[in-house]
Amino acid sequence: MSFFTAENLSIQFGGVKAVTNVSFEVERGEVFTIIGPNGAGKTTIFNLISLIYPPTSGRILFEGQEITGLAPHRVANLGIARTFQNIELFEHATVLQNLLIGRHTHRTTALWQELLFLPPVRRAEIAHREAAEKVIDFLDLQHYRDSFVAGLPYGVRKVVELARALTTGPKLQLLDEPSSGLNPEESDDMAFWIEDLKKDLGITVLMVEHDMSLVSRVSDRVLALNQGEMLALGTSREVQSDPRVIEAYLGKQE
Amino acid sequence: MRFYFKTDYAQDVRLFQDGVQVFWYVALAAALLALPVLLPEYLIGQMVFILIYCIIGAGMMLLIGYTGQISLGHAAFLAVGAYTEALLQARGVPFAVSLSAAALLSGVAGFIIGMPALRLKGIYLAIATMAFGFIVEEVITRWEHVTGGNSGKQLKQIDFFGIAIDNDARFYYLCLGLVAVIFLGMINLMRSPTGRAFVAIRDSEISAQSMGIHLARYKTISFAISAALTGVAGALYAHKVQFISPEQFNLLVSIEMATLVFIGGLGSFHGAVFGAAFIIALPQVIVFMKDYLPTAIAQQTGLQPTIFGLILIAFLIFEPLGIYGRWVKIRTYFSLFPFYRGGMFRRQKAYMKSDRLK
Amino acid sequence: MAQFLQLALSGIAIGCVYALVALGFVLIYKATETVNFAQGDVMMLGGFFAYTATALMGWPYWAGIVFALAVMAIFGMAAERIVLRPVLGQAQFTVVMVTIGVGYVMRGVVTMTPGWGTDTYKIATPFAEKVVNIGGAAISLEQLMIIVMTAALCAVLFAFFRFTRIGIAMQATSQNQLAAYYMGIPVARVNTLIWGISAAVATFAGILLAPITFVHANMGFIGLKAFPAAVVGGFGSIPGAIVGGLIIGLVESFSGFYLPEGFKDIAAYIVVLLVLMFKPSGLFGEKLRKKV
Ligand SMILES: Nc1ncnc2c1ncn2[C@@H]1O[C@H](COP(=O)(O)OP(=O)(O)OP(=O)(O)O)[C@@H](O)[C@H]1O
Ligand SMILES: [Mg+2]
Repeated sequence: MSFFTAENLSIQFGGVKAVTNVSFEVERGEVFTIIGPNGAGKTTIFNLISLIYPPTSGRILFEGQEITGLAPHRVANLGIARTFQNIELFEHATVLQNLLIGRHTHRTTALWQELLFLPPVRRAEIAHREAAEKVIDFLDLQHYRDSFVAGLPYGVRKVVELARALTTGPKLQLLDEPSSGLNPEESDDMAFWIEDLKKDLGITVLMVEHDMSLVSRVSDRVLALNQGEMLALGTSREVQSDPRVIEAYLGKQE
Repeated sequence: MRFYFKTDYAQDVRLFQDGVQVFWYVALAAALLALPVLLPEYLIGQMVFILIYCIIGAGMMLLIGYTGQISLGHAAFLAVGAYTEALLQARGVPFAVSLSAAALLSGVAGFIIGMPALRLKGIYLAIATMAFGFIVEEVITRWEHVTGGNSGKQLKQIDFFGIAIDNDARFYYLCLGLVAVIFLGMINLMRSPTGRAFVAIRDSEISAQSMGIHLARYKTISFAISAALTGVAGALYAHKVQFISPEQFNLLVSIEMATLVFIGGLGSFHGAVFGAAFIIALPQVIVFMKDYLPTAIAQQTGLQPTIFGLILIAFLIFEPLGIYGRWVKIRTYFSLFPFYRGGMFRRQKAYMKSDRLK
Repeated sequence: MAQFLQLALSGIAIGCVYALVALGFVLIYKATETVNFAQGDVMMLGGFFAYTATALMGWPYWAGIVFALAVMAIFGMAAERIVLRPVLGQAQFTVVMVTIGVGYVMRGVVTMTPGWGTDTYKIATPFAEKVVNIGGAAISLEQLMIIVMTAALCAVLFAFFRFTRIGIAMQATSQNQLAAYYMGIPVARVNTLIWGISAAVATFAGILLAPITFVHANMGFIGLKAFPAAVVGGFGSIPGAIVGGLIIGLVESFSGFYLPEGFKDIAAYIVVLLVLMFKPSGLFGEKLRKKV
């Protein structure tokens, strides 16, 4: 039984075949990257995993359990967290509050207890803060802890989004273009963190990325997509030298 | 501006940040308790209305300001609370029980309406709640043998565990106690997982969902709590005015309840209080102003809606954070004096978030 | 049968009015994603201008219509420039609250205007109290004219959006503002114009409605029924607004006759709740999903 399996996934929006017959497996503890030109269907695969859309056909299994067909909010409970290509943070809340929302799946208290803020709620709140603080330390966000997200620079927001996802305590982390919009320095930090996710935290990473140097640096395996279809699957080097992949990116070479 | 140095997490979880804040809240409580001695009877009566509107404001703030769900039909819950109270009191049910029943019944009504309605977003939700409001208004007009139809229902004074609430000062203390309990509960809720889930839904449904938040469940909870609070306010309101009839719960009342939070300041319970005070004080101020205006203008019934509309528009354009936002700025100005610089609160240019698929 | 025909016709006539107000909503919604809660009040103000031109200044009916349309188109454009442009891009409901504020001001100012006030007025029409006989049913010419004039206006609008440069630019803008902007369409100016057109359409509705309900300061509340109409048709669809308006008008007319008293006033709202529950995208609406 593999850790994560996508089986013959397809989805169509009206006439657009966004994803067609895509199958792949992700092993526990690896960094698996999906690449492909714009509109290849990479984000759509993430949306299928998040159960935002039901697939037209195919299924998704996580730790041996089929997740397609579950209610979308259940995905987080299973231990799958994601970031979004166009940052989706809780803008009018502080960084800390954003991370605390990430602790939602660890909620232990009932509504009536919360209304009275009874001791169990206080204890749980302190525990949530400790967990959030660990992630803040890990990603060097101390400086921004109490800032409102809406005012933060793009690069920081990107890190906050990763932090929020990590606070959920995921087993599988989906990253949609983690380095897009970052400067080389921030991008380098991101690469380090992705490596640490895998090495130190033991989190499996499924990532979409355009920056090929980052991809080669952190990925164990790479899947190339074009127009919703699988082109090649293998190590970063194998995929990059595959003639069909080169053709998809550069057009047909005569 | 004071800086809070945090040394441990318990500090974050505390109700008040520091001694200074405790001092001001104690002072406020003392002033509120002394008010009936200081103010004439008429103004105490107005204070009662403000307190009742504070409860409405807390409910609307929870729903609109914190959960980001609009309602233009909340007068219906006010009606459910008011009529429940009227009917139960007429049957001799004690006040504590009838008030709880008013809260419960409106909460359940909110829950039932909320479930289907909250699959809807933005303008659709506004229209659905508005439609619900119209239907409830019509039902209480037509269901004459229960509600008395257009001839309305009379209420007697409250008997609160043997104490007759027979003057405005007593009514004021009763409302003040309820407001304190309700606001404490709401503030507790907002510093707990449920409250944070509301904020998450307000700011991004899609990522709230990816954090494991069951959107429909939390929206429904928010709607139900807000309806229950409105029901409590309705019961108190019914006693305050002593006579209820369908037109006291029409669309304009629902709209007024929603504007309360926009004028007070979205996303803070302070805003709910400021909004409540504004809604009650404005007509009084206008009446007062009339003595100084030329009679040709002062006699006009259109004066009040015009001024109300203009103030609403002005706030939305110039001070989107409402009265509370203004207050924070003024407070910061004085605490930093003379170091305040212009542009300190310059508005963050928000990205235009379209509901459409581009 | 005659009874049925009469009910259907009066339903369609009032439905035309709802349709036109709904059309005004939809035009603005398509262009700016704003829902104008003051649309009913715009209709009311338009009615007052038509009344002023015909009754107070003694102009002929048709000249009064043209006058009211022109004044209100300018009013619509001015409202967009002065109060709506500053809040463009803010949360959808903030903008809606602004339009609610505008509605309050309009109602207040109308009742304070000398010669208007809180009274009820009549606009004299050339077809008042004339009756035609169709299939044994006595149909008032006024109702018939509402239908004819609505159809005429729709034809004019259709031609405008289909064949004029500016109309095509408006269509492009409503489909994708950013792309339209890149194509060199002056999006801001187009939006202003849309508000003008929308106000004129609402005014037309007010003038058509005047013989039925008369002109008064609270006439705008009738415009609220246009919300159900727009939703039933599918918010954001122009043909949907027309069909939705007719459906609401018919439902109202028939429920007033066949159902117990009280249903007539809320029939529209029951229908809209049912539609929202079972087919939230309405008859012609597209399903909206946010892209991430
Ligand atoms: N909700 C939707 N409705 C209609 N079409 C969609 C939807 N989501 C995605 N598509 C279409 O599916 C295709 C794949 O889109 P997707 O966002 O997955 O691309 P991508 O590989 O992530 O590209 P990029 O590198 O630009 O992020 C595109 O043609 C897109 O227009
Ligand atoms: Mg993408």
